[in-house]
Order: sequence, then C-alpha cells, then structure tokens
Amino acid sequence: MKKINKMKIRHFFMGKSFNDGFIGKLSIYLLLIIIGFVYIYPLLKMFAYSLKDLEDLVNPTVQWIPTKVYLGNYKISFIVLNYGMTLIFSLLVTLVPAVLQTITTSLIGYALAKFKVRGRTIIFAIILLTYLLPVQVYMIPRYVLFDQLGILETAWAIILPALFGQGLSSAIFILIFYQFFRMQPKALDESAEIDGANAFQTFIKIGVPLAGPAYLTAFLFSFVWYWNETYVSSLFIGSDLYTLQLKLFNFTSQFNMAQGISEQALNEAIRYSATILIILPVLLVYVVMQKWFVEGIDRTGITG
Amino acid sequence: MKNKVMKRKTRETLIAWSFMSVWVLGFLIFTMIPIFTSLYYSLSDVVLSGEGIIVTFTGFDNYAQVFSSAEGFNFLRSVSDFAIEILFKVPIITVFAIIIAVLLNQKIKARGFFRAIYFLPVIIASGPVISQLINQGAATIPQIEELGFINLINETFNEGLARPIANIFSELIVILWFSGVQILLFIAALQKIDKATYEAAMIDGAGVWESFWKITIPSLSSMVLVSVVFTIINLATFSENEAIQHIKNNMFALETGFGFSSAIAWLYFIVLAIILAVFFLIFKGFSKDRGRK
Repeated sequence: MKKINKMKIRHFFMGKSFNDGFIGKLSIYLLLIIIGFVYIYPLLKMFAYSLKDLEDLVNPTVQWIPTKVYLGNYKISFIVLNYGMTLIFSLLVTLVPAVLQTITTSLIGYALAKFKVRGRTIIFAIILLTYLLPVQVYMIPRYVLFDQLGILETAWAIILPALFGQGLSSAIFILIFYQFFRMQPKALDESAEIDGANAFQTFIKIGVPLAGPAYLTAFLFSFVWYWNETYVSSLFIGSDLYTLQLKLFNFTSQFNMAQGISEQALNEAIRYSATILIILPVLLVYVVMQKWFVEGIDRTGITG
Repeated sequence: MKNKVMKRKTRETLIAWSFMSVWVLGFLIFTMIPIFTSLYYSLSDVVLSGEGIIVTFTGFDNYAQVFSSAEGFNFLRSVSDFAIEILFKVPIITVFAIIIAVLLNQKIKARGFFRAIYFLPVIIASGPVISQLINQGAATIPQIEELGFINLINETFNEGLARPIANIFSELIVILWFSGVQILLFIAALQKIDKATYEAAMIDGAGVWESFWKITIPSLSSMVLVSVVFTIINLATFSENEAIQHIKNNMFALETGFGFSSAIAWLYFIVLAIILAVFFLIFKGFSKDRGRK
C-alpha cells in the first residue's frame, strides 16, 4: 500500500516520462515564462512609459505604474505623425501591394504546380535566385526606371512591382502556393474539365476556393512584411510621402518640424507613444488572425 | 489521335505561360533588366545631370575605388563585421528557435497564450521599432558589461574579431527578436511528426532525451536549412544593417554615386553568396555525418 503511494508521488513529480511529470511541466512553464518575458518586457515598459506625464517621468519612485493615466504623449505623437493621413497612406502601400502580390504569386504558383511545361525548372531556378539576390543589387536601376516613368515618390513605386510579382519576398509566396496547389487532387481538375470548364474557370472555381489557407497566409505575411519594410520604401517613396514607419525613423526631425504644437521638448515618453501607435495596427491584425500565422504555415505544407 | 495529343500539349503550354505571364513580364522589366543595368553601372561612371543620366564605361574603376578609398574601407569593414557576426548569429537563432518550438509544442496549458507571445517578433520586426527597443536598453543584459565581459573579449581577440563578438553579446536579446519566423517553421515541422513514433520509441525503452535526439532532431533537419537561409537573407536585408546603409547613402553622395553604389552592392552579394555557400557546406557535411551513423 505504501509502495503504491510512493509510486504515485513519484509519478506526480517525475511523470511517466519527463515532459508530463510535475517537475518537467514546471520547468517547461518556467522557461517559457522567463524567455517570453524578453519579448513582453520592452513592450510593457514602452506602454507604461508612454502613459507618464512629465512629473512621473522625473519621479524616481514611479517605475512601472504611472500615478495617473496621461494621454498627452499620444496627443503629441498623433499630431507629429499626422496619424490619420499617414495611416491611410501606410495602408495604401501595405494592403494594396499585399493583395496584388498574393494574386500574382498564386497565378504562377498554380501554373508551376499544375502544368508540367518545358522551362519549368528554369523558372524555379530564377525564383530561388531572386530570393537570394538582395534587392540592393537591382534597386538603383529600378530607381532610375521609376524616375523615368515619373512614379517616384508615389505609391505606384511600391504597388507596381507587387502587381507584377516582384515585390517583397515574392519567391516565398510562390513556393507556398506551389506546395499548396500541388497537394490538390488532380481528379478534381479532370472532372471540371470533363464538365466543360476551361483552365481559368477551373482555377477560379476549384483551385482558389480550396486554397483558402494559402491565400490567407500569403496575404498576412505580405501585409506584415510590407508594413515593416523601410529600406526600399524610404528610397522610392522619399521625403514627401512618409509611411508611419519612416516617420518613426525620422521622429526627431519630424518632431522639430511640428514644433509649436507642444511646448514640451521631445522625451522618451513621446517617442514610445509614437512607437506604440505604429505597432498598433499590426498588433490588432495579429490579435484577430493569430492562429492563422501558425496554422497557415502548417497547412500550406512548407514543411512538406 | 496523335495530332490531338500534340494539340493538348500545346494548349497546356499556352495556358501555363498565360498564368505565368504577369510574373514573367514583371521579372523581365523590374528585375532582370535592372540586374544587368546594375552590373553595367558598376563598371561605369554614372553622372546625374539635368538632361538625364550620363553613363560612361570605365571598367573596374569603381571596384578599385572600393579597395582604395576611405568610403570603400568603411564599407568593407561593415561587411566583414556583418560576415563575422552572422557566423555567430545564425547558430544562436537556429538553436534558440528549435528550443522554443519544442517547448511550445509540448502539451501545456495556455499554449495559445504562449504562442501569441513568441510570435510577436514576426509582426514587430521593423527597423525603426527594433531600434526603439534597443534605445530603451531592453536589449542588453546589464550583467554582461558589469562583469567586465566585454573587456575580456577585447583583451582576448584582436581588434577585427573583438568588435563583432562584443556586438553579439551586447545584442544578445535583440538577436532573439529575429527568430519569430524560424520558430513558426520549426513548430510546423514538429507537428508533422507522427506521435506514434514517440510511443513506439517509449515502448522500446527510449527516454525523453533519446527521443529528442533520435526522433525530433532528425525530422527537423530539412527545416534547419530553410531556417538558416531565411535567417541569413533576413539579417542581410534588415534595414538597420550598416553594410546596406552604405549602398543607399553612396547613391547620392557627391564623390561616389550610382556607379560606386552598384559596385559595392555586387560585392555585398558576392560576400552573401559565400556565406550561404559556407553554411550550405557545413549543413551538408553535418547531415552526411548523420547518414553514416
């Protein structure tokens, strides 16, 4: 009787194997919490700081929780970033390229998966190469080209390459679609063909609806990557039309330009409130679509 | 009959190319022609004037300038720093991502909550935001400096090595912000492993440790290469990367311009290709080793 109890206790703490015993579980939780703190800590700190007014900022006893919720920093950031207009423009150069890039890459991904035509291997090789070739190599001639087309410093400079499948990380999305369409049973296409559908009808009626997860994944990653991109957009969009990210990058000069709006000097709290405002849109998308980031990757069969 | 088969084949080819046409056209206009133009620029003196651009072929002048001018020296130094840093960062990110993926794949409560936290770096990965995080001091482990760790590094290695290595330690936490997508990739790979394999191993008397090394790690190995390539490209094109800043800054600099910028862009690509090749060979050697066992 006593022996069984001992075993029970042992099983409770150690488990039948390491990862289902109490100690194993505890160490998994501890590790996850401690390391997770690395990501949460700066965000929480930024958020706490952004709510502090000047008094709280200089008060050494106020570390984490401000004495009162002060939204003045956000007000200033709102004006400095010109948040409304800039947000609309940022969405224009984020959402539109993301949608267009998703459509174009799905077309070529579909063709590569369904039709075994000559030249397919070459196309594949080129796609992989475009992924490995950093944009820095060909962005100067692109800059000249856009200049000649007169679309420099307009949203077209970002949208046009995306429309033609030459946008940000296009190669990855083509591969996602290729993997996904390849897994669709051929019998479905054949039956559609027997029913008299042509290739485009088959694509629209059968290919696309079945590829929902791939489309969602490609769109989400496109959206996030375009949102976070600053290197190329700072070159092509330039100084007149700023995205939110670029305004944050040049926050000090933006703040000085907008001076007079606040009598306050630029401080950390204002800076952090601006940062929070800039990650807010993607954060919202993330909260709503969180599970698709994981399931999408899983279902699109990148791993296959 | 034969005629019909042929026809079907031609039709399929036509359909396939029409699906690919938008991309192919885009590739020619926005990528291929620019690649060759850039190669030509790198061998030329490019002057912007009121009437347009004047391109004069000068051979390898720009490349020679990289190795002889102060600006070129700065560029080369940031590239070599980058190359050394990446040799350390890639293994750190890969191992970290595998560990987190394995932990997140356990049967734990609030798994959704933990995943939500660990995927934050996937969405908060822009240069300006990350540099805000760095500014704020949330990026360093204070103990590293307090304990004189940096001094130790400076004393042990020669100057060229010490700077990048010290950078890695002072940026240890920032590095973790670059592992979001890699964690996703490894979780996806882990979910593909059949649970029955683990059960079978357990019945045969394998412990958790053995299962991890004999089942989990081998089934992740193909994903390691994907993750490594992604990490290298991601770090190489990250907007705060000093080497690529040089490329952009020189575009409009008085003494250098488009030609010089194109030349250093190509040099950068060559270094990147070498780094990729090195990791590829290491990886190949590693998996061959496993095969022999």
